[in-house]
Amino acid sequence: MAVAATTKTGARPSRAGRRLSAPAWVGTVPFLAYVAIFLLLPTGIVIVDALKNPNGSWAFSNVTELGNSLVRGYFIGSFKLCLISSLAGAVLGAILAYAIASGDPDGAVRRLYLAASGVLAQFGGVTLAFAFQVLIGPTVGLLFHASWYYSFPWGIALIYTYFQIPLMVLVFLPAIDGVKVQWREASENLGASAWQYWRYVGGPLLMPAFLGGLLLLFANALSAFATIQAWENQIAYIVPQQISTALSSEVGLSNVNVADLLALGMVVMVAIVMTGYALLQRRAARWLR
Amino acid sequence: MAPVTALNETPAAAPAGRPGGLQVRRRRRLNLFRYVVFTLFGLFFVLPLLALGRFSLEGSKLGTWSLTAWRQIASYQGSGIPPLLSAIEITLELAVITCVVTMALLLPTMIWIRLRVRWLTRTMEILCLLPLTIPAIVLVVGLGPVYNRIQHYELSSLMLFWAYVILALPYAYRALAAGLNAVDVETISEAARSLGASWFTVIFRVIVPNMRQAILNALLLTWALVLGEFTIAYLLLYSNLQVELYSISRNTPNAGVLFSTSFAALLFAFILLLILSFVGRRRGRG
Amino acid sequence: MTSSPVTRTRDGAARDAVEVRMEGLSRHYGPVVALDRLDLTLQPGELIALLGPSGCGKTTTLRLLAGLEDADSGHITVGGKDLTHVSAAKRDMGMVFQAYSLFPHMTVRQNVAFGLRLRRVEAAKRDRRALEMLDLVGLSTQADRYPHQLSGGQQQRVALARALAIEPQVLLLDEPLSALDAKVRAQLRDEIRRIQLEVGITTLFVTHDQEEALAIADRVGVMREGHLEQLAPPIEVYSRPATSFVAEFVGLSNRLSGVVRAGDVTVRGCTLPLVERDTPDGEVVALIRPEAVTLASRAAAESGPLVGTVIAVTFLGATSRVTVDLGDASVMAQLSTSDATELSAGSRVALTIRPDPVLVSADPAAGSVADDEA
Repeated sequence: MAVAATTKTGARPSRAGRRLSAPAWVGTVPFLAYVAIFLLLPTGIVIVDALKNPNGSWAFSNVTELGNSLVRGYFIGSFKLCLISSLAGAVLGAILAYAIASGDPDGAVRRLYLAASGVLAQFGGVTLAFAFQVLIGPTVGLLFHASWYYSFPWGIALIYTYFQIPLMVLVFLPAIDGVKVQWREASENLGASAWQYWRYVGGPLLMPAFLGGLLLLFANALSAFATIQAWENQIAYIVPQQISTALSSEVGLSNVNVADLLALGMVVMVAIVMTGYALLQRRAARWLR
Repeated sequence: MAPVTALNETPAAAPAGRPGGLQVRRRRRLNLFRYVVFTLFGLFFVLPLLALGRFSLEGSKLGTWSLTAWRQIASYQGSGIPPLLSAIEITLELAVITCVVTMALLLPTMIWIRLRVRWLTRTMEILCLLPLTIPAIVLVVGLGPVYNRIQHYELSSLMLFWAYVILALPYAYRALAAGLNAVDVETISEAARSLGASWFTVIFRVIVPNMRQAILNALLLTWALVLGEFTIAYLLLYSNLQVELYSISRNTPNAGVLFSTSFAALLFAFILLLILSFVGRRRGRG
Repeated sequence: MTSSPVTRTRDGAARDAVEVRMEGLSRHYGPVVALDRLDLTLQPGELIALLGPSGCGKTTTLRLLAGLEDADSGHITVGGKDLTHVSAAKRDMGMVFQAYSLFPHMTVRQNVAFGLRLRRVEAAKRDRRALEMLDLVGLSTQADRYPHQLSGGQQQRVALARALAIEPQVLLLDEPLSALDAKVRAQLRDEIRRIQLEVGITTLFVTHDQEEALAIADRVGVMREGHLEQLAPPIEVYSRPATSFVAEFVGLSNRLSGVVRAGDVTVRGCTLPLVERDTPDGEVVALIRPEAVTLASRAAAESGPLVGTVIAVTFLGATSRVTVDLGDASVMAQLSTSDATELSAGSRVALTIRPDPVLVSADPAAGSVADDEA
């Protein structure tokens, strides 16, 4: 019996008892190499270039550029849009998740909404903007004409909630499922009204998961680009749009560094948010497994 | 896992003859809440899709019906090269390539790590979830130089798949991880090995067939991702479905073909999802 | 046991234990009848254990009493007050669940004090009472830990402390020991009984483990398919089972054929008195406890209806169960281990049956633990 450490490409195990003596982790090299080249390398390039001058020398002071009012404006714009859409998405998504969770665990409704959430959480971008344009845009507006459709951030925030809510459902539903029936019954038995239950037990237990979901939605909105670009591409409101402008503008090499800088700023923001999310998830998992 | 307020375990509705007990009233109030919520949210989610569909069937005058937009999918020239149809083609090809590469890269590696290189699990998890923290827009800025080199050789948009695989990692990873967790990998691989199977056989003939649902899930997510991808293609100046739709919309904001294509793509995704859930149900879980 | 046990309130004033009366309780889920006109009364300060297989309705009874479910019909009266339509939160009962009922985000102390907090007891008093209760269950050193840091047994003690902290009128325990290890189970079982007696509270204890029920209850209620088959002190349920179901559910039974004549039944050569003297004459199946089967004296014959070959000897500690093949039937005898030491598979033994009153049934129904009929 030939026992061989095959690589992930499934190289045929050698016959006749000859052993490949490579350690097991060699099998993960293709994956690691791929990720290194196409994920870590670009990220590294962004960080490095952000901290360099156009002529190639190091300039850590570039980071202070992030403080200038113009750049700040984009970050504030991003922040506003993300905050509104993630708050709305989190609250509404939580309500929807609760409605789904309190029904028959094997029922058709639950499966339908879960499946829909899976698809709709991904449904963003250009096509979503088209859909809303047709629904409530000033020109077509099959449902009605919303004069605020092109307002920032409210118009675009509405569109963002379309994919934020399903994402919240996907993330928050397991938490609600993890709330044990016994906690409700025990608190009732001890004399709690529904309101007291939520205030002292249900609420606190779900809070980490809720906040985690909120952060995830925030990060999700931060990264979004296609939707807002299709919605309105003449004015750059948020960081991704400004990155796009910087990249496609032809005003010399200096703009590449701007793009890198903005990208760096974005990465830092998202990283902070995602760390918060991970910490909250761990707390939620401990209580609601 | 019991739902939060399933206080009475009655599978059926409240039987007749029960005096309106407290639990029954509570259940009724809850059901009312649920129906209201589902209706409102259902409307919110369905209306834009309906609008998309309705407008795609719109004729030249508002209120009329016409299939023009749909017929145009195949023939629309658009603002530049290529016509819409070839953009669709490219995107579909990209989707297939991305799915294949993602699966080939992820699946054996995940199983291998699970079986033989346990200590890399955490690392892999972090790497696979990293793209969520490094958004496409950032990736593009860093990929620019890399792709510039490739551009020299004037390769087609298909080269985008290198980046798409990265984008798909978090979703595919999570789907596959769920499937892997549902299978007692250690035990069945040990059993297979004790019967004389090589590692290759263990991975592809023993474990993978048990992960069919998860694999299909991962494929669906990857597929949906590629069909919907815009940012990277747009900023690297390639053309795919979304970019093409975008440029059409810049020139003719209400071109019917935009909506028919969008609706078709969406429909396609839903059909795939339905198929997936059918397969899932027949096989039971995982 | 005193005639009217008192529960102690935080002011030290005595409070009488209450009577719990359930009359005509019925509950069904769709077509399935969970409870069928159940009548059950708990005397003040009494601990009744409801025992039965899954689906017999014992948990339903408990939950109806707690108010967590609504009865289809019937009344519940506690301490003279009709609680049938009162919400669970207002019934003033303490409940211990099978598992998972402690609030994971609160410390042990906070968990125990929760009910008091809801009743707006001020913090200092709350704390004192919580510690008092934790003392009662022996966990005052764990007051500031979180549930996930405690073992299963400790968690259940905290649950008990929490239930008692609010000075409920009734204590309800829903299979509180089922999720625990065997050793912890036995310990905690005795603890619970000790505490219940000390506090003197009327208690309903649901379990599927007959050993538990027999060990701690004042009375045991054996249930089956929504009915109460027998409600009596443990010893009576064990030695004078009212129905064959009870006889077979509680303890082990041998099923041996016999003939009734004039108030006695003859089983394999031994004449035994009947529990029900007016059983009509005829052929019956006698239910005989293994402990009633003993070794015959040395002077017994080499062959006879109760002579056979040992099939197996199961060592159980102080006693051993010996299964003997009598040719046309097999029988289990529970002997002291010292008596069983000379026996092993294959040895010949002569047995006899002690003349304890015996329950017989006319139907050779299935479900018995010992043995097959010819």
